[in-house]
Amino acid sequence: MATSLRCFLRSGKKAVLVAGRRGFQRSAPAGVQVTVRDALNQAMDEELERDERVFLMGEEVAQYDGAYKVSRGLWKKYGDKRVIDTPISEMGFAGIAVGSAMAGLRPICEFMTFNFSMQAIDQVINSAAKTYYMSAGLQAVPIVFRGPNGASAGVAAQHSQCFAAWYAHCPGLKVVSPWNSEDAKGLLKSAIRDDNPVVFLENELMYGVPFEMTEESQSKDFTVPIGKAKIERPGNHITLVSHSRFVGHCLDAAAVLAKEGIECEVINLRTIRPMDVESIEASVMKTNHLVTVEGGWPQFGVGAEICARIMEGPAFNYLDSPVTRVTGVDIPMPYAKTLEENSLPQVKDIIFSVKKTLNV
Amino acid sequence: MKTMLAIISKALCRITGKNVAAQSPSELLIDLSEYVSVTAPPPASAQARHRPPEPAAVSSERLVSTRTDRPDGPGARVVVARKFADFTPQATFDIKKCDLHRLEAGPPVRAELTREQGLQFYRTMQTVRRMELKADQLYKQKIIRGFCHLYDGQEACAAGIEAAITPSDHLITAYRAHGYTYTRGVSVKQILAELTGRKGGVAKGKGGSMHMYAPHFYGGNGIVGAQVPLGAGIALACQYQGNNQVCVTLYGDGAANQGQIFETFNMAALWKLPCIFICENNQYGMGTSVERAAASTDYYKRGDFIPGLRVDGMDVLCVREAAKFAADHCRAGKGPIVMELQTYRYHGHSMSDPGVSYRTREEIQEVRSKNDPISMLKERMLSSKMASAEEFKEIDTEIRKEVDDAAQFSTSDPEPPLEDLCNHVFCSDPPLDVRGVHPWSRLKSVS
Repeated sequence: MATSLRCFLRSGKKAVLVAGRRGFQRSAPAGVQVTVRDALNQAMDEELERDERVFLMGEEVAQYDGAYKVSRGLWKKYGDKRVIDTPISEMGFAGIAVGSAMAGLRPICEFMTFNFSMQAIDQVINSAAKTYYMSAGLQAVPIVFRGPNGASAGVAAQHSQCFAAWYAHCPGLKVVSPWNSEDAKGLLKSAIRDDNPVVFLENELMYGVPFEMTEESQSKDFTVPIGKAKIERPGNHITLVSHSRFVGHCLDAAAVLAKEGIECEVINLRTIRPMDVESIEASVMKTNHLVTVEGGWPQFGVGAEICARIMEGPAFNYLDSPVTRVTGVDIPMPYAKTLEENSLPQVKDIIFSVKKTLNV
Repeated sequence: MKTMLAIISKALCRITGKNVAAQSPSELLIDLSEYVSVTAPPPASAQARHRPPEPAAVSSERLVSTRTDRPDGPGARVVVARKFADFTPQATFDIKKCDLHRLEAGPPVRAELTREQGLQFYRTMQTVRRMELKADQLYKQKIIRGFCHLYDGQEACAAGIEAAITPSDHLITAYRAHGYTYTRGVSVKQILAELTGRKGGVAKGKGGSMHMYAPHFYGGNGIVGAQVPLGAGIALACQYQGNNQVCVTLYGDGAANQGQIFETFNMAALWKLPCIFICENNQYGMGTSVERAAASTDYYKRGDFIPGLRVDGMDVLCVREAAKFAADHCRAGKGPIVMELQTYRYHGHSMSDPGVSYRTREEIQEVRSKNDPISMLKERMLSSKMASAEEFKEIDTEIRKEVDDAAQFSTSDPEPPLEDLCNHVFCSDPPLDVRGVHPWSRLKSVS
């Protein structure tokens, strides 16, 4: 019961409304359980079908069905032309993908993890992000760079970095970070249809997690707008802002805190750049308290940016206490399980921070 | 004297592709004279040969046409009076044989040139030359700022390549891009105005020297070597769309050691992309000569499993024939090909480099006097009576006026307005708020 309630909450109000409309058939929610992996797969499948210019390239995306099986079945369905296995040459194939976008195609360039995107980061920033500006609008680069970002489990320091802050620093790029299946599918479809370079940060630990997806989100034209945050759970006492996997942690913390009478408003950023600061401000002006939660390192991170923006905007005057950032520990990721667990925000850390911020 | 001659000899050897060997002054003089005779056109009587006209594979309306008007038959060289009396309408010239890598046969060693195309080549190369020299002037007057990498000396490369491809083919190069920006269709006016950062510039003043774009011309790229994977990607798009187009992807001798180029070679060969990789070897990567930078200076062989050609980049006909050969290779579905154009730049690496700390003035002078692409073309045409000295002078005058007018525009056109500051961050988007220098500065970005 508790699980399905949580699922309700996580999929937002939509599932309930749909259930209401379809009430004469059955009383259960009308959505289906879809994992984030399958949602991403559906998004790519639908967009490959919809537009011939769309194609996927990356390591192991074709015959291996994707290193994390996200592109399962796509090569079989679409063939060598639309789903391309590349050699291990990130800088080379990222550049090739960008060039193909300049010449009229709409590539999806997969990095096996975003850690490897560092090999190719020049192509993402200098060749993709800046070109529309440098050419004063003559040359667009409609490309999506996607792949898992941030910590996984037991993969240690070189494979666990979060790149949200790095990419979101740069004008000309859109940076998107989905949490659940609806986010994943809708945002990926929007990213593919967007005429700009989009960095699409997935999370490996979320791939296997199922979420309720509404009937509406099953439609082939369902998209989630880039640049708009979502209130996953309304509340009055404090605002929690997060992205990707930690939205789930925030909701878990909110459930625990609700028992103690503290109602948290949980905002799922969905897009890191351009950030929907207005939604955060509106929430803070209601709750007067703000905690940001992320997996990345604290310095110059997403939370740091939110703090700065809140201070510069109208919401500052509504704060009853300074903004609190909950982040990953400022160290390279260790391997041992206990050390790793303690390198990232846990639900208890969020609860602790909320209480400290509220001074309770 | 001996050291000077040795330097000249070395430079010549690099240019001619012959092996460097210690030479006595007399040997050197013999070498020089040999070389001179190779580049000077042979006497007119030996020249005209009856050859069937080459198939008109490419035609570019704006630039050069390879169609010939010459009727078949012996004595074809004897000219029927045309617009200008007594001009040879077409001639055939010996061109240097290309060194080949993994190729059974190379481009032809004789090239046809019509009067029309010759004059067009002259016009194109002279325009680029004058435009670059004007840019030099404007830079010294501090009207052009920042980076300015000039192309004078290398004109034959841009002109020859453009003659071998069509406007629907694609081209991408690095930062020494003004010549290609012109041959790909942007006017001198728009180029100079971009260099001076005015709103009439091809990128509205937002890009500058290294970031100019045109249809099927992808710049102008500032990061050394990054344009090579981009070019292969453009070729991938051509293959994907099945449009029989090719992409010419240029890089320099300095960039030739970049890792991403080898990653690109691998993928281009693996997928048989219709990509012509062209290394413009002007002997120096900034201030580092080729021997000091590369374990192997045979840049046409660096593609390893990709066939390659080494071409005399100072001879526009040689470049044209080689580029045509390369384009045919790609269009036939044989995959990529590498071309090394041996060329030379008169200016230093950029305007902040006088260009004489790592090479001698004598070397530069030698190339200018013996090997200048424009002079070579002019001499060929004059000695085979394809045009008159007066015609060339007339063309020079027209070009001078064009460049002067363009410079005038580029110094008088206003800079882009401040309202443009934040525009073109994103494409096809509704207007976006952009954070200015401080929180009270709310700027707007329009797509």
